Amino acid sequence: MVQSRSLINESGKRSDGRIIDELREVRIKVGIIRNADGSALIEFGKNKIIAAVYGPREVHPKHMAQSDRCVIRCRYHMSPFSTDTRKSPAPSRRETEISKVIREALEPALILEDYPRAAIDVFIEVLQADGGSRCAGITAASVALADAGINMRDMVSACAAGKVDDKIVIDINDTEDKEGKADMPVAYMPNLKKITLLQLDGELSPTEFNTCLDEAIRGCLKVYEIQRSSLMEKYFGNEKGLKE
Amino acid sequence: MQEVKRKYVIPGDVVAEGNFKPLVNVFKNGNSIVATRIGITESNKDGTKVIPLSGIYFPRTNDIVIGKILDHSSLSWSVDINSCFSAHLPAQDVFGRDFSPAHDDMGRQLASGDVIVARIAMFDRTRDPILTIQDKDLGKIPTGELLKISATRVPRLIGKRGSMIQTIEQATATRITIGQNGIIVVSGRDKEGINLAINAIHIVEIEAHTSNLTQRIKQLLNVPESDIENDDTQINHENNETVMHDDKVISNDNGKDTEMMNSNGTK
Repeated sequence: MVQSRSLINESGKRSDGRIIDELREVRIKVGIIRNADGSALIEFGKNKIIAAVYGPREVHPKHMAQSDRCVIRCRYHMSPFSTDTRKSPAPSRRETEISKVIREALEPALILEDYPRAAIDVFIEVLQADGGSRCAGITAASVALADAGINMRDMVSACAAGKVDDKIVIDINDTEDKEGKADMPVAYMPNLKKITLLQLDGELSPTEFNTCLDEAIRGCLKVYEIQRSSLMEKYFGNEKGLKE
Repeated sequence: MQEVKRKYVIPGDVVAEGNFKPLVNVFKNGNSIVATRIGITESNKDGTKVIPLSGIYFPRTNDIVIGKILDHSSLSWSVDINSCFSAHLPAQDVFGRDFSPAHDDMGRQLASGDVIVARIAMFDRTRDPILTIQDKDLGKIPTGELLKISATRVPRLIGKRGSMIQTIEQATATRITIGQNGIIVVSGRDKEGINLAINAIHIVEIEAHTSNLTQRIKQLLNVPESDIENDDTQINHENNETVMHDDKVISNDNGKDTEMMNSNGTK
């Protein structure tokens, strides 16, 4: 990655006006698709992503079924209108790869042994993309899985961190992703304190790597609070009576 | 054992710390009990559990379910029970032990599309559920309106000792058959009554976790004030094994649990 122009100005503001440890505005709405067993719409800055979960349900084709556990199938897809120039609706190499890493990021949180011979389908549809869509997708999918009532060990929250202008910043946007020096998406189980996704595009020194990881986890914890409040709002509304 | 307060949880939340026995929808992580579903925690001397507020139906042995006949092979019917497994009703269960595929016409007894009330006779992780219609009140349902609600709302629809469902049935002059898989059949002579009952059931489904629900349903159905008992002022999500069938409540729910829930409820 070669950085051509300065992305952080003298007053410490980034290209979209944020400071280095500030998340974009995140909003999550739970249960937006009636036909799905669980669903969520996430707005992560300019990203708009729908996640829908179906299942556990019968596996077709049958030979895919596992006798001791549930299979999870994940499809990350970008709509043709989600980007500046039209994106072909056919699954690209990038989408196939992201589907795989998202599935692997969600799998450790699910108790798949509880549903033998069944399948869980996770659909992630990007309506509008602005960098960090895999993190937003994982966050939304995790909320949708909880909404579907699937047994989970923990929620999964995701956030990226990276290097822009030799500074470690959190929640990389599209410009910073393309023109910055490094991008590191991280998915994290906040209660179990375990990382389920760690990717890195760019170069970081060992010290920078550690700082970057710590910052990403801090971002994940902020995202977790938003996931939590959106689920609480859907299921319990303003009734905080029983809450300790 | 220390007291555990009832609270709202999402997956990953710690329900209790210490020496508690994990029951359902929780798991033990070190010294703490962690929730695996969205719901309300409940603790008693048997252990700690979470009463879920969402999720599909997962079969359990002895559940009473309502299913739709999909098809039949030469030895059994396959039945859709609104779950990730399709259930099987063996032909011998209907024809008796001397059933012979050559002589008995299975399509005559139960054709595809027929709706039945059945009990899950056998189910484990390795095999699809096996149904039986041999008990009392089980078998084919001749008429009625079929509707589907979330299986997690079934205990709320039945209410404490059947209070909710009895209210709806009496006020609308209908018969409501509920399967634990969330399938409901509403039958009656009066079309208006049936529609009213369906409406009430949908409201119960949507507002299942709110308090004073029976009161509001009674108001909706114009049940006179004198009939309103103050029996439902608490959030009541007991995951009881209650099933309502033709005005009879078959229940192994114990009143003690319910009472404890009321006294602990902080609302």
